[in-house]
Amino acid sequence: MTIVVISRRNLLAAGGSVLATGLLASGAPGLLLPVRAGGLAPTESMTGGANNYRKGAPIVERIGKGGFWMSGTVRRAGDGAPLAGQRIQIWAHTVEGQEHEPQSHGATLTDKDGAFRLEMPQIIPIFGQPHGHLAYDSGEFKTVFLRPIMRSAKDTSLEAHFVLQPV
Amino acid sequence: MQAKGWRSLIWAALVLAIGVPIALAAESEQLAWRGPVYILAGFAGIIALALVLVQPLLIGGVLPGMSAYRSRRAHHWIGGALAVAVVIHVAGLWFTSPPDMIDALTFSSPTPFSPFGVIAMWAIFAVALLASLRRRLGLRLRTWRIVHIPLAIVIVVGGVVHCLLIEGTMETISKAVLCAAVLAATAKVMADLWRKRTLRAERA
Repeated sequence: MTIVVISRRNLLAAGGSVLATGLLASGAPGLLLPVRAGGLAPTESMTGGANNYRKGAPIVERIGKGGFWMSGTVRRAGDGAPLAGQRIQIWAHTVEGQEHEPQSHGATLTDKDGAFRLEMPQIIPIFGQPHGHLAYDSGEFKTVFLRPIMRSAKDTSLEAHFVLQPV
Repeated sequence: MQAKGWRSLIWAALVLAIGVPIALAAESEQLAWRGPVYILAGFAGIIALALVLVQPLLIGGVLPGMSAYRSRRAHHWIGGALAVAVVIHVAGLWFTSPPDMIDALTFSSPTPFSPFGVIAMWAIFAVALLASLRRRLGLRLRTWRIVHIPLAIVIVVGGVVHCLLIEGTMETISKAVLCAAVLAATAKVMADLWRKRTLRAERA
């Protein structure tokens, strides 16, 4: 099962890439189309995704006292195969600390289906938007920073999905 | 008696339009999770928006009991205070999260409200700088208005959009009312100016 989160950012990004692909493809059809054919495109880092990142946060059972769930999937670009054992780092401004503070950071590993799920303290709006941060930054694949936004500040869970490109 | 009632009504409306959103923001549960500098930065932003409401009312001579001279003097001082409030807002946010503030100032922020705030900030700084140099530059009233009015519109629209899109300590309805008041006051003063100009042109 695939859960697609449709946010304004996703729509804009998708629209932009459709537009770009369309323009480029019409300009040079033979050059570009086969590269993307049938392949799952890698996730691009989001603007501001790396803000207040602390490299090497420890793998934890739970960040702080918990109460909020961050979850998602990690797949390989191209064939979309789930990637097990990938380290995903998560941080946010929560009821237990600011974004840059060490206690607001933690990491978890994906299971055999490429899914991850980490409990953390409730995320609250910071800099005008309730949002979380996630990073894949382990070297085997290209580094990706995500910054998903909660639909409502009252939400108690948030999802983010990675499609990684081998380096 | 009726005139007096009308007078106090305008002042009461102004005090409520500014006081209620500030009081409700001071009650926000978000404050519990914020540091003092971040709280200060947020309130500096709210106060800046409140000052943007006062400015057109002063220069339009709408506030009862204020002479034209006193209104204009107050407009100058409050303009300076507005620039200071914006500096505190930006500096406090920079201190709270430098990468987010750098993104905002370089127009590369993921938050849609940031560019509106940054553009309004530069317009405020431009007006403050030009106002302080106006005499030295020898700008006449007409020239000054050609410069100031478009910048004032940028400040009002940029500030209002910036504020409305933010999810923060301000309570939604009182924030919307304050923003509507800012837009209405600006529109009224601009319309009055335009009407006076047209009347003058007809007489000439």
